[in-house]
Amino acid sequence: MSLASNVPEGDLKEKWTKRLNDINLVAPNNKRLYNVIVVGTGLAGASAAASLAELGYNVQSFCIQDSARRAHSIAAQGGINAAKNYPNDGDTIWRLFYDTIKGGDYRSRESNVYRLAEISNEIIDQAVAQGVPFAREYGGLLANRSFGGAQVSRTFYARGQTGQQLLLGAYQAFMKEIDSGKIDYYPRHEMLDLVVHNGKARGIVTRDLVSGEIRRHTADAVLLCTGGYGNAYYLSTNAKNSNVTAAWRCHKRGAYFANPCYVQIHPTCIPQSGDYQSKLTLMSESLRNDGRVWVPKDKNDERHPNDIPEEERDYYLERKYPSFGNLVPRDVASRNAKYVTDEGRGVGETGKAVYLDFADAIERRGRDYIEEKYGNLFEMYHKITDENPYERPMRIFPAVHYTMGGLWVDYNLMSNIPGLFVLGEANFSDHGGNRLGASALMQGLADGYFVIPYTLGDYLGGEDLDQVEGNEEAFEEAENYAQEHIDKLLNVEGDKTVVEFHQELGKIMWDKVGISRDEEGLKEAIKEIQELRDEFWERVRVPGESANYNKYLEFAGRVADFLELGELMAKDALHREESAGCHFREEYQTEEGEALRNDEEFSYVAAFEYQGLNGEIQHELHKENLEFEFVELKQRSYK
Amino acid sequence: MSNDNMQFDLKIWKQEDGDSQGAFQEYHMEGVSEDMSFLEMLDLLNEKLIKNGDEPVEFDYDCREGICGACSLVVNGIAHGPKEETPVCELYMREFEDGQEIVIEPWRAAAFPVIKDLVVDRSAFDRIMAAGGYISTKTGSAPEANTIAVDKEDADKAFDYATCIGCGACVAACPNSSASLFTGAKISHLSLLPQGKHERKERAVRMVEQMEKEGFGDCSNHAECEAVCPVGISISAIARMRKEYMRAVTES
Ligand SMILES: Cc1cc2nc3c(=O)[nH]c(=O)nc-3n(C[C@H](O)[C@H](O)[C@H](O)COP(=O)(O)OP(=O)(O)OC[C@H]3O[C@@H](n4cnc5c(N)ncnc54)[C@H](O)[C@@H]3O)c2cc1C
Ligand code: SF4
Ligand code: FES
Repeated sequence: MSLASNVPEGDLKEKWTKRLNDINLVAPNNKRLYNVIVVGTGLAGASAAASLAELGYNVQSFCIQDSARRAHSIAAQGGINAAKNYPNDGDTIWRLFYDTIKGGDYRSRESNVYRLAEISNEIIDQAVAQGVPFAREYGGLLANRSFGGAQVSRTFYARGQTGQQLLLGAYQAFMKEIDSGKIDYYPRHEMLDLVVHNGKARGIVTRDLVSGEIRRHTADAVLLCTGGYGNAYYLSTNAKNSNVTAAWRCHKRGAYFANPCYVQIHPTCIPQSGDYQSKLTLMSESLRNDGRVWVPKDKNDERHPNDIPEEERDYYLERKYPSFGNLVPRDVASRNAKYVTDEGRGVGETGKAVYLDFADAIERRGRDYIEEKYGNLFEMYHKITDENPYERPMRIFPAVHYTMGGLWVDYNLMSNIPGLFVLGEANFSDHGGNRLGASALMQGLADGYFVIPYTLGDYLGGEDLDQVEGNEEAFEEAENYAQEHIDKLLNVEGDKTVVEFHQELGKIMWDKVGISRDEEGLKEAIKEIQELRDEFWERVRVPGESANYNKYLEFAGRVADFLELGELMAKDALHREESAGCHFREEYQTEEGEALRNDEEFSYVAAFEYQGLNGEIQHELHKENLEFEFVELKQRSYK
Repeated sequence: MSNDNMQFDLKIWKQEDGDSQGAFQEYHMEGVSEDMSFLEMLDLLNEKLIKNGDEPVEFDYDCREGICGACSLVVNGIAHGPKEETPVCELYMREFEDGQEIVIEPWRAAAFPVIKDLVVDRSAFDRIMAAGGYISTKTGSAPEANTIAVDKEDADKAFDYATCIGCGACVAACPNSSASLFTGAKISHLSLLPQGKHERKERAVRMVEQMEKEGFGDCSNHAECEAVCPVGISISAIARMRKEYMRAVTES
């Protein structure tokens, strides 16, 4: 299989138009002859399913939750970018493209990112027409705000619930197509395997999460829109059901996994309060506009923060980065929080937190100003921690938030398996080594509304697909494999719970494949993960049975996959002997302590091919070289 | 220092599946921290049960931050528990007295059959949405966004109704198991916007009829729904829905 990116020739600005001019089309009456499986109903999946159904394709849609509307996209808070230039502050498609490429530390494909910026404006049009209640000015027109990594105001938002409102817009369009009979809807179904027949993706195997029944589904193409894999770390800002299983099973059927080590760690989350903690809550990074980050100068200082005098505090971001101060990018802020807590200067009961202090801002601008700007965030913080952030500084700590890596796709969003397309956070396509705020929503909807309707037609229109019935050998084999895997999990009957294994994996990942990495730690991580995986298959205890609703059985399957993915993430991080974006290797930094890229040797996408040999997991690395024809590569500096 | 050794006597509804009879089962819980969320307390219970070779308790959740609408527990008789405008995933154990009895039940409504233990089937909500809970806009056909101006006041009001998380607490709290707050919230959101006006009649009629078809009861103004709604959807949604419905049936 090849890594042909299929990027059209020609000028950056002409590429997408050129592709649209050249694609195969499926005639309107023929679309109803094609069946398309869409796995996932987040922004990517819901928008794709609705758009394809509108075109006339027969869509089968699957999700884990009891309703499509509950996909993890619902939780996105801050906003969505577009190059509308409504504020008249000089934004252009080029600028949005450039900020995104630079923010990704030059590890993404120019052509994909440019297309994303080009499409961004149409997404806003589409969402408004659907009734998405974006924030508006008094004149009735749309409002914007600014977000990290950009000098223009290009972010559209719906209070702190932009993801919810955009997803409901897509979900409603999706429900309309259910009403018109073009979408067969399978909530509470988990995809357990991909069926590759004659070299093409032709179906999936699912488990009905209520009855436990394993089923086969046939199609002419499969669209994977199953989100990111941040839960490999156990604790993250992702929803509890977010997982890598669908992508990982595709990987094991031949789909390449690209850049697995690129994981974004968000600097402003509510810290963990105890071992029982099940997830972490994000606090919008807009808080850093007015909050000052500090820790005590001395180790183990247990005084109440308000009793620590000014001269005994270390405002370390302001000290180290005088020009950007508290507004350094996400990765820099996260890394420095780790350094000071590793030194023993962390605060709170666990010592794993730093202060974000609003006292100065409240004094300077008044409590009303802060309340108006951040009222709901302060309330949320108060609810969770029982501490009043108007009176004592917030405690914050970084948390795993987003995964830039994912299944490898070409310019058409097709993986290296013909007929398997990957959309949204599940692919690796647009964010390189680091994603800018408000760009994931943009990408998910761009993929679903405005890329896949064309590129899927191109594939279907150009292929001669034979009929599949679901009784072919590949289907048989995949179904048996899914059932055997479940039986195997239930039959271990050990003494350790799935959650215990997941927590242990999370700890290895966080400590050694987290905010900063080094060779020694990564080698240890690989070994420890292998050992943990062996232990899992000897000692895991999965309660209940398979022919019933059984949440812990679902989790067991997902943790088994995370235990394999974790190793690949560490291997990728080990092989990438440079720092880029969120991938920070201690050995590769500038004198100022910034990420030091090695463009000569590592300006490529690392795409891993799975090779299971004699029970051992092995991978072959394939490289897609990144050519930068239109932008100049630069070293970041925030001093 | 926070208290991390609270104790509770839990009475939890256990039910094998939709066809079986359910019953309460009692569990004694120790070592609960006041900083644990309610769902983390149940996680801990399940860890103990699994280690003992017993069956865990099934309950629904996903985001655990109050936005997905999956969590759905009646705690001591109140949908989502004692804290106002707070879904049960954002409820913390510090809201309870050490040593207290806590009774945990599923949403109870004919239109929400139990799947297992505390997990119910809310697919009726999806079907209400499919019966017109949208604005028909084919992908690609939208006009430039700022050609549609919306009065800020209307936009803000529409937003308030649009924040419904689809949890179903309103149904669980209603003596008639009415889905009026949920349905009214969507009808209100869309009818307040200029984009939503074209289909408003058909939408109101179809969604209301679907609600009845699913077996939800009528609204008789108890306002229990508003009291438990975790995002504070106002009962004015129901008045708006009635108005939209009446307008549609009288004018056509
Ligand atoms: C707290 C938080 C805040 C965020 N805020 C922002 C923001 O302000 N702006 C921004 O741009 N981005 C934000 N992001 C990132 C953004 O929300 C996500 O990247 C994006 O929503 C992912 O969308 P998706 O459609 O790819 O996947 P998801 O929304 O994760 O959907 C995945 C879907 O796949 C289904 N699925 C998964 N596995 C299977 C399986 N095996 N079988 C069947 N179905 C399966 C799930 O049921 C679900 O329907 C935020 C993320 C978090 C966690
Ligand atoms: S109206 Fe409130 S209680 Fe009812 S479903 Fe919506 S959010 Fe839940
Ligand atoms: S789990 Fe998502 S709202 Fe409670």
